[in-house]
Amino acid sequence: MRLLLLLPFIGLLWVPFYNRELPALFGFPFFYWYQFAWVPLTALIIWIVYKDGVKKGVQ
Amino acid sequence: MPTPSSINWTALGVFVFFFALVTVLGFWASRWQRGTANKGAHLDEWGLGGRNFGTWITWFLIGGDAYTAYTVIAVPALVYAVGAYGFFALPYTIVVYPIVFLIMPKLWQAAHKAGHVTAADVVYGRYQSRKLELAIAITGVMATMPYIALQLIGMEVVIKALGVTGELPLLAAFVILGLYTYSAGLRAPALIAFVKDLMIYVVVLVAVVVLPMKLGGYGAVFQSARDAFAAKGGATGLTLQPQQFLPFATLALGSAMAAFMYPHTMTGIFAAKSADTIRKNAVFLPAYTVLLGLIALLGYMAYAAGIKVSSNNDVVPALFNAMFPSWFSGFAFAAIAIGALVPAAVMSIGAANLFTRNFWKPYVNPGVTPQGEAKVAKLVSLAVKFGALVFILFLPTKFALDLQLLGGMWMLQTFPALVFGLFVGWFGANALLSGWAAGIIGGSWLVYADGIKPVHTFHIGADSYSLYTGLSALVLNIVVAVLVQLLFERGGAQVPAFKRSQIERG
Repeated sequence: MRLLLLLPFIGLLWVPFYNRELPALFGFPFFYWYQFAWVPLTALIIWIVYKDGVKKGVQ
Repeated sequence: MPTPSSINWTALGVFVFFFALVTVLGFWASRWQRGTANKGAHLDEWGLGGRNFGTWITWFLIGGDAYTAYTVIAVPALVYAVGAYGFFALPYTIVVYPIVFLIMPKLWQAAHKAGHVTAADVVYGRYQSRKLELAIAITGVMATMPYIALQLIGMEVVIKALGVTGELPLLAAFVILGLYTYSAGLRAPALIAFVKDLMIYVVVLVAVVVLPMKLGGYGAVFQSARDAFAAKGGATGLTLQPQQFLPFATLALGSAMAAFMYPHTMTGIFAAKSADTIRKNAVFLPAYTVLLGLIALLGYMAYAAGIKVSSNNDVVPALFNAMFPSWFSGFAFAAIAIGALVPAAVMSIGAANLFTRNFWKPYVNPGVTPQGEAKVAKLVSLAVKFGALVFILFLPTKFALDLQLLGGMWMLQTFPALVFGLFVGWFGANALLSGWAAGIIGGSWLVYADGIKPVHTFHIGADSYSLYTGLSALVLNIVVAVLVQLLFERGGAQVPAFKRSQIERG
């Protein structure tokens, strides 16, 4: 489960993957809305790992 | 000399009102969140707010503390100057949270069990090395001083935008800050953080809705920035140039690893009620990252609004002055100035805790009581703020900026000593101390040789690689630590398990 926490690192530190302007969304070039999208996504991933930890009784 | 007509009285009135409000809160805070297990004059009370902050208070405190006034000024300024490259702040403040989630609850547990107040306490508790403890403490204090000075710059910028000149207002603001931090300790910034954060949220949400409406939508905002960068040329633009990929990614990663090593963020962590409080905060703190990203966009909106500034740091105040009625500008500037008070207070408390626990206690007065510690820390917090003020008033601003840049690199070098021991028991104190020294010296030398630039280019054969110097220094740090451990400290863990459990109890 904790391996999920690697996803934001891969998604954001591999820059060539998102360094472009298209497709744009609501006037935002891809470079920008892609990074913004990772904020709630990262929060969600941490929440999933957190809930999993609670279930397993992590102190 | 300023003419009276240059002062924006409406904005100044709103500004003074909110400033007065938080001043009252600051003094009243000493009676807030006292808890049932209050220890009176104990350092835990003044320096860590009684170690009793729940999820909400911690969220406001760390959010208000990590996203500083200087951020609100400097990030849009960088984005205005260079475009996409300035956005490294976004991946930085995203990947920081998985790191917080994995590391900080463990660090909190180590601190809580043994009653540690500072990061250097934790290191001493684990490795029983006064040298390593001192290294961590000095790094923290040295990196924090220029950071406090930068908060003053943030405040200076908005005071100037109100049309007020001279150094008296800054002096007054800092005297007030110094006094209520002295009397209420960490409770003051924790309480003021509620006001500051709510004000900043209001300002930013209004700005990112209203400004694009006035400027023709986000498409138009990005278009005017695109045109401006095309005219400007060089390494600017709405997307990164290939040679910026590595600096962008390494700056984001290195800054994220250093962010919670700083005494002010660490203080926020140690003040939490439980490890679970910290885990929940790792889930909810990213809300501030959205805010930061939106703030960064103000740099592009300045192009659409046709703002011209002589100093990039003036871009946000100039944008607000041009686009909003005076009362709202006053509100926004108050939010930024109060945004400087919260981190400045927590930073001075963090530095004072380090001085007291890791210098005063071991070297000056080993028999000091917790009450005595609190007394020393309170006085030191005043001295630290006074030092930062002198710094800003008498030394060139560039000096503070350069030191802040070096400070981030230095803080990153404490990562192995603080974090490795939580996961593996293999490294000993000497290895970690050698690594720390190599990282600090090597990194500082590279930064200095490059003319105080955060990124260093390595040439390997025909290829060149540009990396954040702090991260390069961290690699050196770890390599040296591993080598010293392998060559001179055979036998692995230097701290026997039984001793460790004693320390943790003690």
